[in-house]
Amino acid sequence: MRNGNKVREQHDTDLERPALEAALAHTWRTPAGLWGALTTVDHKIIGRRYIFTAFVFLALGGVLAALMRLQLAQPEARVMGPDRYNQIFTMHGANMMFLFAVPVMEAVAVYLVPLMVGTRNIAFPRLNAFSYWIYLAGGALLWIAFAIDMGPDVGWFAYVPLSGPQYAAGKRADIWAQMITFTEVSALAVAVELVVTIFKQRAPGMSLDRIPLFVWAMLVTSFLIIMAMPAIMVASTSLILDRLVGTHFFNPAEGGDVLLWQHLFWFFGHPEVYIIFLPAVGMVSTMLPTFARRPVFGYLALVMALIATGILAFGLWVHHMFVTGLPRLGESFFTASSMAIAIPAGIQIFCWLATLWDGRPVYRTPLLFVIGFIFTFTIGGMTGVMVASVPFDTQVHDTYFVVAHFHYVLIGGAVFPLLGAVYYWFPKITGRMMSETAGRWAFWLIFIGFNLTFFPMHILGLQGMPRRIYTYQPDLPWHGLNLFVSLSAVILTAGFLVFFIDAIRSGRRGVPAGDNPWNAPTLEWATSSPPPPYNFARIPVVGGSNPLWEQPDTLAVASGLRTHRREVVVTTLTTARPEARESSPRNSIWPLLAAIATTIMLIWSIFSPWAVVWGSVPVAVALIGWFWPKRTPEDEA
Amino acid sequence: MRRPLKQLAALLPLALMLAGCEGWQSAWDVHGESAISLKQLIILIVSVCSVVWALVMIALIFALVRRRATAEPPVEVDAGTERRMTITVAIAVAVTVVIVAIFTVSSFFTTRALNVAGGDDLTIKVRGLQWWWGVEYFGATPEQRFETANEIHIPVGRNVRLQLEGLDVIHSFWVPSLAGKQDLIPGRPNELTLRAERPGVYRGQCAEFCGLQHAHMSFFVIAEDQAAFDQWINGQRQGATAPSDEETAAGRQAFLSKQCAACHTVRGTAADGKTGPDLTHVGSRTMIAAGLLPTTRGSLAAWIADPQTLKPGNNMPMVPMTPEELRAISAYLASLK
Amino acid sequence: MRILLVLLIATATAGCQREQRELRLDPPTAAALDKIALMPNGISGAPPNVYFALDKPYESNAYNLSQGKRLYSWFACKSCHGDGQGGVGPAFLDGWWYYGPETVSIFASIRDGRPHGMPAFRDKMTTEQIWQLAGYVQTIGAYRAKTAATSRNDEKQTRPAENRAPAAKQFDEGPTPVHPDQGPTP
Repeated sequence: MRNGNKVREQHDTDLERPALEAALAHTWRTPAGLWGALTTVDHKIIGRRYIFTAFVFLALGGVLAALMRLQLAQPEARVMGPDRYNQIFTMHGANMMFLFAVPVMEAVAVYLVPLMVGTRNIAFPRLNAFSYWIYLAGGALLWIAFAIDMGPDVGWFAYVPLSGPQYAAGKRADIWAQMITFTEVSALAVAVELVVTIFKQRAPGMSLDRIPLFVWAMLVTSFLIIMAMPAIMVASTSLILDRLVGTHFFNPAEGGDVLLWQHLFWFFGHPEVYIIFLPAVGMVSTMLPTFARRPVFGYLALVMALIATGILAFGLWVHHMFVTGLPRLGESFFTASSMAIAIPAGIQIFCWLATLWDGRPVYRTPLLFVIGFIFTFTIGGMTGVMVASVPFDTQVHDTYFVVAHFHYVLIGGAVFPLLGAVYYWFPKITGRMMSETAGRWAFWLIFIGFNLTFFPMHILGLQGMPRRIYTYQPDLPWHGLNLFVSLSAVILTAGFLVFFIDAIRSGRRGVPAGDNPWNAPTLEWATSSPPPPYNFARIPVVGGSNPLWEQPDTLAVASGLRTHRREVVVTTLTTARPEARESSPRNSIWPLLAAIATTIMLIWSIFSPWAVVWGSVPVAVALIGWFWPKRTPEDEA
Repeated sequence: MRRPLKQLAALLPLALMLAGCEGWQSAWDVHGESAISLKQLIILIVSVCSVVWALVMIALIFALVRRRATAEPPVEVDAGTERRMTITVAIAVAVTVVIVAIFTVSSFFTTRALNVAGGDDLTIKVRGLQWWWGVEYFGATPEQRFETANEIHIPVGRNVRLQLEGLDVIHSFWVPSLAGKQDLIPGRPNELTLRAERPGVYRGQCAEFCGLQHAHMSFFVIAEDQAAFDQWINGQRQGATAPSDEETAAGRQAFLSKQCAACHTVRGTAADGKTGPDLTHVGSRTMIAAGLLPTTRGSLAAWIADPQTLKPGNNMPMVPMTPEELRAISAYLASLK
Repeated sequence: MRILLVLLIATATAGCQREQRELRLDPPTAAALDKIALMPNGISGAPPNVYFALDKPYESNAYNLSQGKRLYSWFACKSCHGDGQGGVGPAFLDGWWYYGPETVSIFASIRDGRPHGMPAFRDKMTTEQIWQLAGYVQTIGAYRAKTAATSRNDEKQTRPAENRAPAAKQFDEGPTPVHPDQGPTP
């Protein structure tokens, strides 16, 4: 205790609302200024930072895509040479997959999940801070390397032997491999926090069958991350070892196997796309009921579909290797499983359609993006079923058909819901509404631009255009469609520009939003916009899965938490009965210091294996500082 | 005046798309046994999927345009409607399962029907290197063995077994008009069976990213009737054509004395380099530099003069030579039919 | 803020010399690179000025070193020099550079040949290729690995790779015995 026994133990039952809010605001505050920004462990501040950084990477990746389309608009164009183009398409893929798609979904979850489950902060808040700094370091590593002509040029999937020690000269492939380590550590950290928050920190009464679907989606996604990320960490570490110290994991002459890389990579790579897709599904399942004005149809089916998708996702990876000469019967098994995953996806779409059917649609921008999602993702799902077939795939693998397919499922299936989610939760995060007019313009430009840009690629693929080529010959019939695609990409870019400009302007001068501008049912709308540092003045108690619709006038609350120290309620796993008070850590500089030490070690290890030995020392020092008992009230359990 | 323009503009994408339906590197314009079966499967799956998508879109549109009053506060759930919707969704899911099962089974049977080897097969070895294709033909005796590059001749109507070997990084052999693709993976020999049903020239391209010049690693499969094929093989088995005039003689002299012979083989001369493509009958091939330029004297000269501008990063160096040497060597190579 | 921007632009334009890929050497530059100035006894000398103007591209550029490694196997250097441990020809790993360790001497050895069996490659490789090979051979015999040095090839391993400083281990074993007339002739 700080002042001996003089501080009276103060609980939230002792205080009236204004005094309660003042006490909680003081206990949970993040000080203003640089020090506050560097030491904060508030999930909302970290979540906002994460989201903002991920969107910066989206914009950068979009610039790369524009450059690619500029080069491909004409046959034998000389906008750039093969070396620059190879770096650009590798950067585009790696940036979008590792620095945008997964982190942005994590970021939205970091912000929203504690609010949706009715707790004050995410579990392991200092780890949360650490994960953001590590993510930022990984992104900076990749982009600074690209700026100094050291960007990886071996494809985002870095197949050996091309990325191996003999054929990838210099440190470019090592930059890629180490960036993986940064982003995967960051993702794993957030996954662990989310699982613990969702399992143990839910509001009393929020049993498993009352959790919002976005939270369910993040739970399944977090398990996917925990089980899939190790595969790529093994792969990238083995690659670095092969390149740096001369091991032989992928060297057939010494007993290694070239195909081992593909197995390891795709064992991660396929669940990766579901790591990106499932959170988007959760967003759709959460936004749709608000704008259909009725609870979602088929809650149980949707949860089961999420879990089935997650489990099935681990049984599909060989469909990326259908033309490598693996035994045909084995490959056919993966056709069956790859097609089977269409079934839970179909269940979800039918449930959403049913919700809309029985609902009363209110046409706001988030709903437009959800409708765009259904249109686009279904096409992507159809082409997914096509490429799942082994013989079909032997014609379209590694062609623009596949490029079209995955952009349909990634942009249609993940980015559209994400953009809708930004329009939906922007009022909660910033306290201001985005512009409905700009939203409609952005939606239609993006929707039309996207379809005009990517649909012709299906045809290009069937016409024989392979992927990852920096140019093509004039005697092939691809010029017209490529030019059309490049011009359509301008429309898509314009749509994104409208979106970004709207977001920036609304953040400064948007119409102030109330607590619940959409009249939505989930708990995050029960607090102010933006939420105070402590999220809820008193912990809500829920009796159903749409608490704000079931209790529209007043919300039941639980009380008894201390106000002079950071405390959250821990509840049981299935029925969410309160079982303990848990301390939540205070602001700390140690996550940043640990991140800096880890960054130094990992970047140094690109150049010398001794980095692992000597670089561990600062990391150990930082971790000791992090966990050293601080004699604060929160430390005493 | 605006309406016809608008109609034209709407037709433009269609026209652009249809323009490419024919082609010598197209999964749509097919003339090989495998590719024909694959096209049938593609048509089946694409048609069914399009219908399914259309039905989902119709359901979506209906769900959106049904006239209903707005609902503030949100609606209560009605048990009867829930039950009816549950049954509908269950039926839709069941239909999905059936369709997916049909696709899986037809894919399996299609795969099984492809690549059935026979006894009368012609075996050719194909090697993938950065960034060209080595091709090796065998014969009854070891002397009948010969190598060529970037062009494969096959007899029409016969199964041809290609033994695929990756020598440096992973490449992929893809000639869409005849068959699907298979990868060439170092350390893992692979096989692909082709059978052309019609004589013609079919273009193929490497379909696995293999470095700087992946975009320019093409090849040609030329299907001809058995007599023409036999004639071609016999010609290829001969050594290089002897020079017939002064210029080609000077060209051969220059070829042998400069750096060319260190990397290229011309059978019947002293040139026996193994690291570059075999040039014994380069004049008879349709294109040079793995599908980059047509085989003409001028293109040969352009290629030799500055390979790094035409195909930056490829392994052929820019050999300094005088204009006379360049003219002579290109005349010589063009004469190697 | 402005300082950060300036730094960023400076970094971007400077690039990383190690990682640059010069795919095409201009013919005048290539011709100029051939004009080395060798000492009369054939040991050491000076590369042409253009070599320094290009910032010594064949010693610390990863792409050039890996091209040199490819050329080492393509032109059958292994048949006499093995993997650097010698054979018919001298070893590179024992610390004894008969004509000096400078790149220009190695370039001269490859281009013009040396007594007692080293053939001249002037007519088999271009100037640029010989420089790439010379730079690579130097890394085989380096006692401290450069960052740009190549790593192992995808083949059977017989010694540590160039980025593991193979010569550092074998230097202490002393010179491999060679022809008594090997070395500088007056």
